[in-house]
Amino acid sequence: MTPNPQLSEDGALRHLLTIEGLSAKLIHSILDTAESFVSVGEREVKKVPLLRGKSIFNLFFEPSTRTRTTFEIAAKRLSADVVNLNVSASSQSKGETLLDTVDNLAAMGADMFVVRHAQSGAAHLIARHVAPHIHVVNAGDGRHAHPTQGLLDMFTIRRYKQDFTKLKVAIVGDVMHSRVARSEIHALTTLGVPEVRVIAPRTLLPTGVEALGVHVYNDMLQGLKDVDVVMMLRLQNERMSGPFLPSAQEYFKSYGLTADKLQLAKPDAIVMHPGPMNRGVEIDSSVADGGQAVILPQVTYGIAVRMAVMSMLAGTQ
Amino acid sequence: MKIHIKNGRLIDPKNNFDGVTDIYLAAGKVAALGQAPDGFTANREIDARNLIVAPGFIDLAARLREPGYEYLATLESEMQAAVAGGVTRLVCPPDTDPVLDEPGLVEMLKHRAKSLNQAHVYPLGALTQGLAGKVLTEMAELHDAGCIGFSHANAPLIDTTLLMRAMQYAATFGFTVWLRPEDPFLAKGGIAHDGEVATRLGLAGIPACAESIALATILTLMRETGARVHICRLSSRAGVELVRQAKADGLPVTCDISINHAHLCDMDIGYFDSNANLIPPLRDQRDRDALRAGLVSGVVDVLCSDHTPVDENAKQVPFGEAEAGATGLELLLPLALKWAIEQKISLSAALAKITCEPARILGLDAGHLSVGHNADLCLFDPAAHWRVAAPALKSQGKNTPFLGYEMLGKVRMTLVSGHVVYES
Repeated sequence: MTPNPQLSEDGALRHLLTIEGLSAKLIHSILDTAESFVSVGEREVKKVPLLRGKSIFNLFFEPSTRTRTTFEIAAKRLSADVVNLNVSASSQSKGETLLDTVDNLAAMGADMFVVRHAQSGAAHLIARHVAPHIHVVNAGDGRHAHPTQGLLDMFTIRRYKQDFTKLKVAIVGDVMHSRVARSEIHALTTLGVPEVRVIAPRTLLPTGVEALGVHVYNDMLQGLKDVDVVMMLRLQNERMSGPFLPSAQEYFKSYGLTADKLQLAKPDAIVMHPGPMNRGVEIDSSVADGGQAVILPQVTYGIAVRMAVMSMLAGTQ
Repeated sequence: MKIHIKNGRLIDPKNNFDGVTDIYLAAGKVAALGQAPDGFTANREIDARNLIVAPGFIDLAARLREPGYEYLATLESEMQAAVAGGVTRLVCPPDTDPVLDEPGLVEMLKHRAKSLNQAHVYPLGALTQGLAGKVLTEMAELHDAGCIGFSHANAPLIDTTLLMRAMQYAATFGFTVWLRPEDPFLAKGGIAHDGEVATRLGLAGIPACAESIALATILTLMRETGARVHICRLSSRAGVELVRQAKADGLPVTCDISINHAHLCDMDIGYFDSNANLIPPLRDQRDRDALRAGLVSGVVDVLCSDHTPVDENAKQVPFGEAEAGATGLELLLPLALKWAIEQKISLSAALAKITCEPARILGLDAGHLSVGHNADLCLFDPAAHWRVAAPALKSQGKNTPFLGYEMLGKVRMTLVSGHVVYES
């Protein structure tokens, strides 16, 4: 097999495509760098000149508000020039191939692509294709990976829980279709979390998920017992009723996070969600807005983490 | 044209012959073995020292992309690839554009292929019109036009009643039905084997039971209808076990696997290598091991190339959007040899899987070098190393998961009906 395509020969990060294969040391160094950027967002002038003169293209083949916006803010705080492209609306409909689009933007002087695409592996394809000085950040590819989400979740956990090696973490919901879940699982297992649980009905668990290093629970009441962190997943509207689930109501009854169920977790457990939330489907409002939720801090930290990733990729050159 | 091939090691699995001997060709036939016939004067002498002389290979699945997909490959390019791979007879599936569902199309393809004077082409007719799974084709007419059997290629056949009727109708005339077993509902939307690799990569899966369920249906309908069926591109160990049982029960079933599935598994997708996007999907290591063992035991009758040239642009896209398939005609021999070496079986047993065994399934008196028979043969160097790379392939399709692999075994010369059609 070819070597890990996101690392250079000396083990430095060239692209960020997936958390799988990153070392715990590298993940911590990204989180440490992010830590130094948190204060930038609290300053009067929220800018550092690390990426001045660099052109970053947000290449989104799938609609996104939160991720694209936080990437944009992160790039601007690093003083980069940012171009946002909603490609689903332009060249793809004219029949241009993904790599042709990339080549054209590279010819306009792109230094970095932040890519979201509905197909798993799209970011890998682009990373293999671009010239060596261009960096690729995967902002979500199909069901495969959403590494910056995974990193910002780790950043959040580290802020509230410090030691990963003493935690029990439960990931709840549609693991099968979730790139967030996959990135979270890789990050948690790499950082030494001894017990990562996934909680879902069997229809929403991918085949052989145990091989990723998780314990499977079909019963949420058992799965939440004594956990330190509850990571909820979004349930897509189109999956709420059909071959995967009979109804959103029944899902909420069995797998929605309510204050009652949360009591089974440790008293100081934190509740996370990558957004956007479906209140009353996967999470009850009283929990989403409650004292244990860290959902808005996740968004805030997302900017610092994305600043860290982009500056580590392109800032040193 | 009289040809004397001397000093070669002749391997003819059908006749159970393996030894250094001379072979004499005249008037397109094998004139003699060992001793020259009386009064034989060769127009050409070929020194086959250190080479193996074998019957020309017979490939049960090679897409030539004509008619309709000439931008992917032409009959000329793919027929050259065939003979460069030592293949002198090949079966092409009906999924062309238009599909091979009319006698005129089949006659035209046969005529085009014949005029090239290279490998013999045996088209499979479509089992239903347009491969739409609704209306039977004129099988008797198509047979007269040159179809060797009837297939649904990779098109879904959803209606079980129609499948039963198609098998009954084919059985009426004694035609063989070629089916790739896959439940269309379980396969829908899937692009990789439903297992740990697909889960890790986030690729939509096709479970192995999609194959075993469809296979159980086909085998049940065989019992019901008495039809003879050739199972195409088996991919799972459950599938191998079902075929083994059916054969033990005496059902007239045969099956093949592709060179890709004999050697690779879902791990070979690596970091989304779209060349490993194949139909059926590459399954896990245990499945692959069962396929390889099945080929040894004889449950799997034949190894085929499943040659599917795909345009480079159709592979330079995300894995799930890539067109499925791999080029294979020129890899059939080296990958048969690789399998034989790894499984520790004889060269002759390996060559049987690409010569007399496929001939038996086609009902052809071919794939052997008996005196008086058609002189289709191949001379290859079993010790020649070469690296799979685009320039090394004659096929217009350069797409294969074996790109960069070191191969052992290279075809040096191919003869069809006593004429040299390829030499390197």
